[in-house]
Amino acid sequence: MTASPHDRTDTPPRLVLSGVSKSFPGVKANDDISFSVKPGEIHALLGENGAGKSTLVKVIYGVQQADSGSISWDGQPVSIPSPKAARRLGIGMVFQHFSLFDAMTVIENIALGLDEAVDREELKTRVAKVLQSYSLPLDPEREVHTLSVGERQRIEIVRCLLQKPRLLIMDEPTSVLTPQEVERLFETLRQIASEGCSILYISHKLHEIKALCDTATILRAGRVVATCDPQQETTRRMAELMIGAELRQIENTHSGRIGKRRLIVSGLTLPGEPPFGTSLRDISFEARAGEILGIAGVAGNGQAELLGALSGERLSAVPNAIMLDGKPVGSEGAGARRSAGLACVPEERNGHAAVPDFSLAENAILTARYRLPLAPRGFIRLAAVRRFAQAVIGRFDVRTTGPGSPARALSGGNLQKFIMGREIGQEPGVLVVSQPTWGVDAGAAAAIRQALVDLAAKGSAVVVISQDLDELLELADRLSVINEGRLSPPRPVAELAIDEIGLMMGGVHGAAQAEGAPLHA
Amino acid sequence: MNSVILVSIIMTLVAASTPILLAALGELVVEKSGVLNLGVEGMMLTGAVAGFAVAFSTGSVALGLVASVIAGIATAMIFAVLTLSLTANQVATGLALTIFGVGASSLIGAGFVGRTIDRLGPLFPEVLASHPWLRALFGHDIIVYLSLALVLGVSVFLRRTRAGLILRAVGENDASAHAIGYPVIGIRYAAIAFGGALAGLGGAYFSLALTPMWADRLTAGRGWIALALVVFSAWKPGRLLLGAYLFGAVMTFELQAKAAGITWLAPEVLAMAPYLATILVLTMMSLGRKTGRLDAPACLGKPFSVS
Repeated sequence: MTASPHDRTDTPPRLVLSGVSKSFPGVKANDDISFSVKPGEIHALLGENGAGKSTLVKVIYGVQQADSGSISWDGQPVSIPSPKAARRLGIGMVFQHFSLFDAMTVIENIALGLDEAVDREELKTRVAKVLQSYSLPLDPEREVHTLSVGERQRIEIVRCLLQKPRLLIMDEPTSVLTPQEVERLFETLRQIASEGCSILYISHKLHEIKALCDTATILRAGRVVATCDPQQETTRRMAELMIGAELRQIENTHSGRIGKRRLIVSGLTLPGEPPFGTSLRDISFEARAGEILGIAGVAGNGQAELLGALSGERLSAVPNAIMLDGKPVGSEGAGARRSAGLACVPEERNGHAAVPDFSLAENAILTARYRLPLAPRGFIRLAAVRRFAQAVIGRFDVRTTGPGSPARALSGGNLQKFIMGREIGQEPGVLVVSQPTWGVDAGAAAAIRQALVDLAAKGSAVVVISQDLDELLELADRLSVINEGRLSPPRPVAELAIDEIGLMMGGVHGAAQAEGAPLHA
Repeated sequence: MNSVILVSIIMTLVAASTPILLAALGELVVEKSGVLNLGVEGMMLTGAVAGFAVAFSTGSVALGLVASVIAGIATAMIFAVLTLSLTANQVATGLALTIFGVGASSLIGAGFVGRTIDRLGPLFPEVLASHPWLRALFGHDIIVYLSLALVLGVSVFLRRTRAGLILRAVGENDASAHAIGYPVIGIRYAAIAFGGALAGLGGAYFSLALTPMWADRLTAGRGWIALALVVFSAWKPGRLLLGAYLFGAVMTFELQAKAAGITWLAPEVLAMAPYLATILVLTMMSLGRKTGRLDAPACLGKPFSVS
């Protein structure tokens, strides 16, 4: 497409890839990929899940070897047989799933990431210096499992910075961060780039790339489809290049047909589970037929606990605390609640919402048997299960080899589509879902959101717990914010200003406003 | 009179504790690297029989000790190849290794049953080693002092050295360690070899120091105690020392009680005492700590393969 406007042709590119290809059995992950990164440039690698971004950066970082093609560094052809070799060249990488050791301290984790042995005291001094010059708040003596996700990421960044990198690879760095943490990260990255270090920024979040990057290389199905200047392109155009189709707009058809109250939660209080759980304090809300209720909040403020309390994984001592279609279910277990029509989709797909080693069909039985006749009298009706799983796969466009495919073989977006489809296919009266599009590419996210809207339109009540504010504003009719285990009274989205929500997420509740807010809009 | 009994109790206690301590210390390092080797008993037995066979044939206890270490490592390597290179299940392989060790030691030891050798003597000169009460400190053989030094060494190694940090990292998160660029499999081979060496030495302590004669199944299940101690000590060398000596102490008490002809307590109950006491004390030490589940290396027993 268009050439980059940053025509600093006088400086040789720091990294040039030409014709890099990498195949796995059955998949061509990277097909003849060429692009270059200049010194001090923040270069985006944009693409959907499965477009080949991760494989490509693994090749650059020496974790995997390309089948063909060449890499040159500062104008010299190089081979990168191992991560160690990459670091020796000056390439640092911050992984999407951090390569951290939970039971160890920050400083130990940093020491592990260094290639040479450094004296403990000297390392402390050097770490303190890096933390100070980039104003990163981080306590070197804390154990990693006590840290927030943003702090964990800082460990990886410090680890890289200590090696004075000349190319820093960031693999989906913001997928788990709060908006505030994202802003902070961007400041750090800009500072790093201004000192001459190139940054290869992998993401599928377009507005971030627009805000941060100088150049974007867009990948689709393992090939480069375009290189562009994200400042000049519209996000819509980039999204279409990325998914290779016209982007679907969500058709919000359900508004205005709000019906009876299907889920009423009143005074729900649950102590947090040690050692790191958040307590739920006096949570009250209701979700009505035909509406989508959004629950915003920064991670770790009780979202997981709320979902557990609603799904029945943790029981309330007061049956009346949770009323489902007029019946008290607060003391009922997860199975009873599912039978009664309360379906829940937790945030963690593999291991919580689905058993990774089970096939999709088997995973379908696990929750759908309560409402569908898949296993009457304890015997599994295999044909019916397959039909149900197949129907979900077809209806939600799940890319998989079939109902026999194990859940772990699916990409995050596809598995999420299957899980959502499995719950929606049971036509639940109330659907509670946490982070429905977390780590899911744009095409799949749109499909999932559309499915939620359609479900509400059919008369179900939908509760969406999410950290993605844009998503909630797009979907929800009413919005409340969870903060330190307390839920603010829901308010109609139309009346809310973004900065107001931001303040509520930060714990500023604006008591006067909240009291005045109408509960029944 | 009293001090004589006390000294003799200490001597028995230390002797009974040392082989357990050695084997458990080796297993602790193995588990810290993320590998669960249930074949400790098997490795102890091959070490015990190899040590005895060599010491009997050459007349040198020192050569016997060297042989026991080599035999322990060799047995451990069977486990390492199966579980690390061929990614066999660690639990099943470990159990099989114990069964193998029992059988192999019976076979090799068949010709030695009832034979005796000169036992491993005290390290320090006669004056100190035979002194009525100084011998409580100086009357032990070299393996006892070695085992205590090893506790300190392993503790410092794990907590204070870079190599120890890397070993722990491999046991905590093998995928991350691999991603950073550490040789996960190589490090685990080394840890398993160390575990085999100490288990072999612990086994040889039975045949060369405790009862300098060969009998079938000489180690009498001490390998299993060593395994349990590693867990109950929360993978900490210092507590392991405490646990092993506690076990030895209660075992000594049991022997003394039997010798003293105590009848109001059934001998079966006395025989249970060391196990019960050890579990009780170490469990109580783990109580009241909320992070208990973070003690175990997170990758313990999980197979790792480079994809």
